[in-house]
Amino acid sequence: MDFSIYDFTSFNQGIDKFFFENLTPFWATVVEMTIIGLVFLIFYALVALFLIYAERKVCAFMQNRVGPNRVGPYGFFQLIADFIKLMLKEVIPIKNADKFLFNLAPFIVVIASFMAMAAIPFAKGLHAVDLDIGILYVIAVSSMGVIGILLAGWSSNNKYSLIGAMRSGAMIVSYELSVGLSLITIIILSGTMQFSAIVEGQANGWFIFKGHIPALIAFVIFLISSTAEANRGPFDLAEAESELTAGFHTEYSGIKFALFYMCEYMNMFIVSSIAATVFLGGWMPFHIGGCDGFNHIMDFIPPFIWYLGKTFFLVWVMMWFKWTFPRLRIDQVLTLEWKYLLPINLVNILFMAFIVLMGWHF
Amino acid sequence: MDNATLKERILELVPNAEYQENKQFPTFIIPPDKMHDLALKLKQEADLAFDFLFCLTAVDRIEFFEVVYHLESTQLKHQLELKVRTANRENVAVDTVCDVWRTAEFHEREAYDLMGITFNNHPDLRRIFLDENWKGHPLRKDYVDEVNIIER
Amino acid sequence: MKEVINPPVRNIEDEEYHINIGPQHPSTHGVLRMVVSIQGETVKSLKPHCGYIHRGIEKMCEKDTYQQIIHLTDRMDYLSAHINNHVVCLLVERALEVAVPERVQYIRTIVDELTRIASHQLWWGCFGMDMGGQTCLLYGMRDREKIMDIFEESFGSRLLHSYYTPGGLMGDIHPNFQKRVKEFITYFRKKIHDYDNILTGNVIMQERTKGVGILTKEEAIDYGVTGPIGRASGFSCDVRKYHPYGVYDKVDFKEILGTQGDTFSRYMMRMHEMRESMKILEQLIDNIPAGDYSAKMKAVIKLPAGEYYQRVEAARGELGVYVVSDGNKTPYRMKFRSSSFSNLSALDHMSRGFKIADLIAIGGSLDYVIPDIDR
Repeated sequence: MDFSIYDFTSFNQGIDKFFFENLTPFWATVVEMTIIGLVFLIFYALVALFLIYAERKVCAFMQNRVGPNRVGPYGFFQLIADFIKLMLKEVIPIKNADKFLFNLAPFIVVIASFMAMAAIPFAKGLHAVDLDIGILYVIAVSSMGVIGILLAGWSSNNKYSLIGAMRSGAMIVSYELSVGLSLITIIILSGTMQFSAIVEGQANGWFIFKGHIPALIAFVIFLISSTAEANRGPFDLAEAESELTAGFHTEYSGIKFALFYMCEYMNMFIVSSIAATVFLGGWMPFHIGGCDGFNHIMDFIPPFIWYLGKTFFLVWVMMWFKWTFPRLRIDQVLTLEWKYLLPINLVNILFMAFIVLMGWHF
Repeated sequence: MDNATLKERILELVPNAEYQENKQFPTFIIPPDKMHDLALKLKQEADLAFDFLFCLTAVDRIEFFEVVYHLESTQLKHQLELKVRTANRENVAVDTVCDVWRTAEFHEREAYDLMGITFNNHPDLRRIFLDENWKGHPLRKDYVDEVNIIER
Repeated sequence: MKEVINPPVRNIEDEEYHINIGPQHPSTHGVLRMVVSIQGETVKSLKPHCGYIHRGIEKMCEKDTYQQIIHLTDRMDYLSAHINNHVVCLLVERALEVAVPERVQYIRTIVDELTRIASHQLWWGCFGMDMGGQTCLLYGMRDREKIMDIFEESFGSRLLHSYYTPGGLMGDIHPNFQKRVKEFITYFRKKIHDYDNILTGNVIMQERTKGVGILTKEEAIDYGVTGPIGRASGFSCDVRKYHPYGVYDKVDFKEILGTQGDTFSRYMMRMHEMRESMKILEQLIDNIPAGDYSAKMKAVIKLPAGEYYQRVEAARGELGVYVVSDGNKTPYRMKFRSSSFSNLSALDHMSRGFKIADLIAIGGSLDYVIPDIDR
């Protein structure tokens, strides 16, 4: 296969070489890290903004409404206006709140989602770090977010927040298992935990097709449990608007609320991009093994378009969930995980291992 | 049960009840001390079976207060109106019927709140609408509120 | 030396953890405050605190004439405003023994049923939102809008109409009225399937509502719970059947009774009721007789001294009005027996032992309107 037209490896290495030739290694690393940090920060903000806009439009579409349409073309600047409003709003200090933890909590949530983004490959050679254990890193880092949520609920000194945080704790810890196990199913198939290798492995067909039924089951389970992990409806028990007003972030206002709000969308984006990378080939174009002509045409569509297309499709599916399903109850959420998803997952892993052993996959 | 037999039956249960002419429901004025026993019998006896208390309210009659009970039997479909009169304006205690019909609990709290009738043995007799430290009972005819009520 | 005091032994099981749901809360549908004692997420007991919008309507009625009282009744259960007007009109007409023209009775029955559908549509939306499905609210509102438009065209306002007067109506219906009601029925017969598709058939919704918040028939009668909630428990309490008013004795409709008495049963009752209401509308809309829109009434209405009671079936259950008249133009005492008030009293009993999320669902299925409770 030839991806040379959209290969970012030489581009990245060129920049890297330029800095290391002109600066001492220490300063070169500092400058590189700063640049990567800034790029990710901008990307983070842009994606969050776009997703908030997309959610409003998708939700409006599902609800027979128009959505934002006054500020700017198709209401696009509404978000910028909202963002400015949130920035300028007073951050209300809460009496009897644990000030330090209260202020710390939103940042933990942001950092968790920000760190997870580092390992995701956006195109060939376009990623911050290509860890050998990329999947393990992402699972580990993304589960840090729950600490922020628990801290937010605990330190707010509000009973609604506490209940919301405890719900979230119980739920995310449970669903971590399913997320991990469904990814392990694919690790067995691919034989690696490195994201770039996983993507390369899908050059002759995405894992969801290559892995037969087990991969499909793992994909569905991953989609369900990652929706729960991102605290999205129908698993939005931690916020449960109609029960707990706003759950763990009831007491937050202004920019700190904005951080939580942004994180919700970023978590959704991150889990979708992991699903897209692991199951749907990430930036890899749609290839059918053997049809070289067809594959070549597909290669002309840039990989980041493929990547973003797949990710936003999954994001859209998650929005679709949210706006059509009523919310589950906490005991039902836990029943679903421990009585259904987890056993299915364990059997599924065995099944997948068997298939890989027998060499039945494509 | 038609109204004539109902009248006989009630007078049999409470001989000193006073029958009052009313176009809609057969109406009886019951002595306050007999009300609770009568309520139990009305609900329990099979030919009466008044199981649905659809309204409970109180009326300020200047000299005394009147607690009005509207009853219906869901099986036999007959209706009844009972009234209990307090002795005067000061002594306004009436026995509760909320152990017979549980819907009376809220209605009695409302009557206590707005009309100031106290119900003996009520499990939770607090004001229901107004503030705990509100002065007076607004639906009484002698209630004065110079701020909120404009006299015409 | 400091004396060592043993801390008292604390038993977590015995300790009460209270949360306040309301007065400002997204799913109390107004300003109702519930002090809920919980253990973990399970509701142990619940105390409703009402009165945040107590306006003293009963006291105000003692100073107002009967025509003025009509306008106050709108403000009680604002979602079934027409039916509230109806109860006062019926009471005055019965006390004065006025023969109301047949046309008026037909129109009132039609408008009552439209109000009932509109109220249930809004309830459906809010119930969906209480369950966490926010799309439902918009669907419910979209269809309710059609009825609001019909009301606006004929009666000039959308929510608080005060269209009925003692003896008749404020004015005649708009010439388009019949056509638009018929259009609405064809429209809504299609759209009610959306309701079933999006919420009724949903697994999550069924799992969350079946077997939750059970009220048996005996308890329903004991608590005086009427309307769709009472009927879901099997308590046959339709005032339209047992004490007919308007032209309900001339139309054919079923009083549907449930057996389970749980949240899902209450949900289904209202869905059935909307279909039954449409059936009533279809029977009446083409047969509105010609005639006056009001009987001849005196300008000053004075009820003969005595006591009167009138019951109607509002969207939330039985609405009663008790009037003591001393022969003046204003009532001596006026009492509204509102359905939401009695229905609320059963909430504590229904929600015990269930989760907070269930409490919200039960509250949604009770469909209380706070001004109706507080009056």
